[in-house]
Amino acid sequence: MSKRSSWALPYFIFLVLFVVMPLVLIVVYSFQDASGHFTFSNITKFFTDKDSLSTFALSIEVAIENTALCILIGYPAAYILADKSLNRSAVTVVLFIMPMWVNALMRTLATAELFNMAGITLGKGTLLFGMCYDYLPFMIYPIYNVLNKMDKSYAEAAEDLGAKPFEVFTKVTFPLSMPGVASGILMVFMPTVSTFAISEFLTNNKIKLFGTIIQENINNSMWNYGAALSLIMLIIIAITTVLQGKDNSEAAAGGAI
Amino acid sequence: MNETDKIIEVRHLSKSFSGKKVLEDINLYIRRGEFLTLLGPSGCGKTTMLRMIAGFLQPDEGSILLEGKELAGTPPHLRPLNTVFQRYALFPHLDVYDNIAFGLKLKKTPQEEIDKRVRRVLKLVSMSDYEDRDVETLSGGQQQRIAIARAIVNQPKVLLLDEPLAALDLKMRKDMQIELKEMHKKLGITFIYVTHDQEEALTLSDTIVVMNEGRIQQIGTPTDIYNEPVNSFVADFIGESNILNGTMIRDRKVSFIGHDFDCVDEGFGEDNPVDVVVRPEDIYFVDKEKAQFSAKVKSCVFKGVHYEMFVDTDTGNELMIQDYDAFQPGTEVWLRIEPDDIQVMRKERTQNTFDGEVIDNETVRFLGGDFKCDASAYSSGDKVKVEVPFDKVDLLDNEEEGESYGNVIFILYKGDHYHLTIATPEGEKVWVDTNDIWDKNDQVGIHILPEDIHLRKAEGNE
Repeated sequence: MSKRSSWALPYFIFLVLFVVMPLVLIVVYSFQDASGHFTFSNITKFFTDKDSLSTFALSIEVAIENTALCILIGYPAAYILADKSLNRSAVTVVLFIMPMWVNALMRTLATAELFNMAGITLGKGTLLFGMCYDYLPFMIYPIYNVLNKMDKSYAEAAEDLGAKPFEVFTKVTFPLSMPGVASGILMVFMPTVSTFAISEFLTNNKIKLFGTIIQENINNSMWNYGAALSLIMLIIIAITTVLQGKDNSEAAAGGAI
Repeated sequence: MNETDKIIEVRHLSKSFSGKKVLEDINLYIRRGEFLTLLGPSGCGKTTMLRMIAGFLQPDEGSILLEGKELAGTPPHLRPLNTVFQRYALFPHLDVYDNIAFGLKLKKTPQEEIDKRVRRVLKLVSMSDYEDRDVETLSGGQQQRIAIARAIVNQPKVLLLDEPLAALDLKMRKDMQIELKEMHKKLGITFIYVTHDQEEALTLSDTIVVMNEGRIQQIGTPTDIYNEPVNSFVADFIGESNILNGTMIRDRKVSFIGHDFDCVDEGFGEDNPVDVVVRPEDIYFVDKEKAQFSAKVKSCVFKGVHYEMFVDTDTGNELMIQDYDAFQPGTEVWLRIEPDDIQVMRKERTQNTFDGEVIDNETVRFLGGDFKCDASAYSSGDKVKVEVPFDKVDLLDNEEEGESYGNVIFILYKGDHYHLTIATPEGEKVWVDTNDIWDKNDQVGIHILPEDIHLRKAEGNE
């Protein structure tokens, strides 16, 4: 091992201990029963259990709804932030990102408290509100980044060729900002599928998401079934990431804060 | 000239960006079918003018008329003009076909018509069979052709080109120049072309508009502009030239570099200071008996077609000469300049004149600084005109040491000295004759000796 590559050793050890080992353990636990024998029962249990399947379907549904909501609110926000004639200072961008400096759990608890004070019944509406509040910055920032860096001459060229302002947006600006949207989806959709704290606090556990049942199983010492559920979620996340396409890796990198 | 021949007319056009004048009172017309080039160094306002014609910028004052109709207020998408952008601005999410068809689709042109026209322009730019290519896989030159095709497919009345060849390498640029010229002939569309490359302008244009610091310096055909520059800026910017201080002795007789020459210019008065331009290819090596003056060769460099030589004349001036024959450094040569090849220009100015205010008996404030001089003839608060000869302005390395300071913005070599233009932070200009070598954009301190400052009562003020 050359001198320089030995500097990577601490990181290598870290990765093995905290990334590779847990992943291996998840796989191992998934295919074992409580007494440590090899079995497929954990996996088959999920696919035969109606409750698990419907929770899973609900999680996906909530995640899709939340992502759609984040795009609907986040895209216009990002567009305004990136437009120099509408927004002249970088301070506004910081204001949008600032909520992320506060711990998500704290924000969620505070939101729940606000709903209680206002006498609003906790349910799916409050759940979506909380999720959107938590994940909106992750949608705004990558889109803002792409729009901000976009060469203004594209819009000018479209206008020059006869496009009305709205057509400039639909035919050029929006399609060219897709990498930002895609990386925003990546950063909102996947964490929403596995979230459990938000649903716990903002629905009083009335609505259970996929993350919730994993957490419940682990908490109740049903490690093997919990591990199997985690594995299934990992695979689904992996598939979405691959489907997202390879070409937006740049935007995803640019979207990191 | 027939009014209907004017496709675009620009009247008293002015534009400022955050208080700085970029264009000042531009007047110009463009004939139908003409290839007109806006030529000037960067920052001269040529791109600003093009963007105003395209509609991306609004003029502060003045108007732009297209076929006699005011264009102000018409947004770019409604103007029958198309632009070829400097960095092409091809849409990366569309292929070649969709890029070219972009404008036609917006106008709801029938599909067969679009097909036909896209194929026709692709053929015109020699890019047939490239319809399905991704624009980002094309080379710079190919992207350039697609950008031109995308603009001309809409059959604009005027095609605007913003330094379209600037990003190409030299060989490619030369080829594209010829193609552009041919395209212009074939299409019959009016071209307005922006460039800072004087050679490109001379090659392509029917008419050249030379611009500097927001003003038009000269409008003319390439030959006019090359052979008869109206001022030293144009002479220096277009081609190589020797620009020299001279004196018009009388009509058809001019004196410069310490010798008298016959020339063809008249009407400059008698014994008046003038600028003289002699192109380096117009100075001939001749036999001693035909010569007007002698010189010693200082350097000789082969430039491909000709040799470029610098010589010191018998009167101590430096001249640049281009000739097919080489003379080695140190050689004594005999030179002649024909009357036809001497271009005499009126001097734009003969000394610096500033607006000043008397502070006390021995202090006058001008150029944003307090200068010492004899002001005893005036009382404090008087407005005065301050006159300083070009060669009496001292430039200092350390801007703190001068009474005022500024930036070197233009340098002209005049055979035996440099003529510099200095701009102060307030935008006032100071002209300086000096033997010292300064670079463009140098920050300099400005110092003037008290005895070199001449005051004159300002007329017509309170």
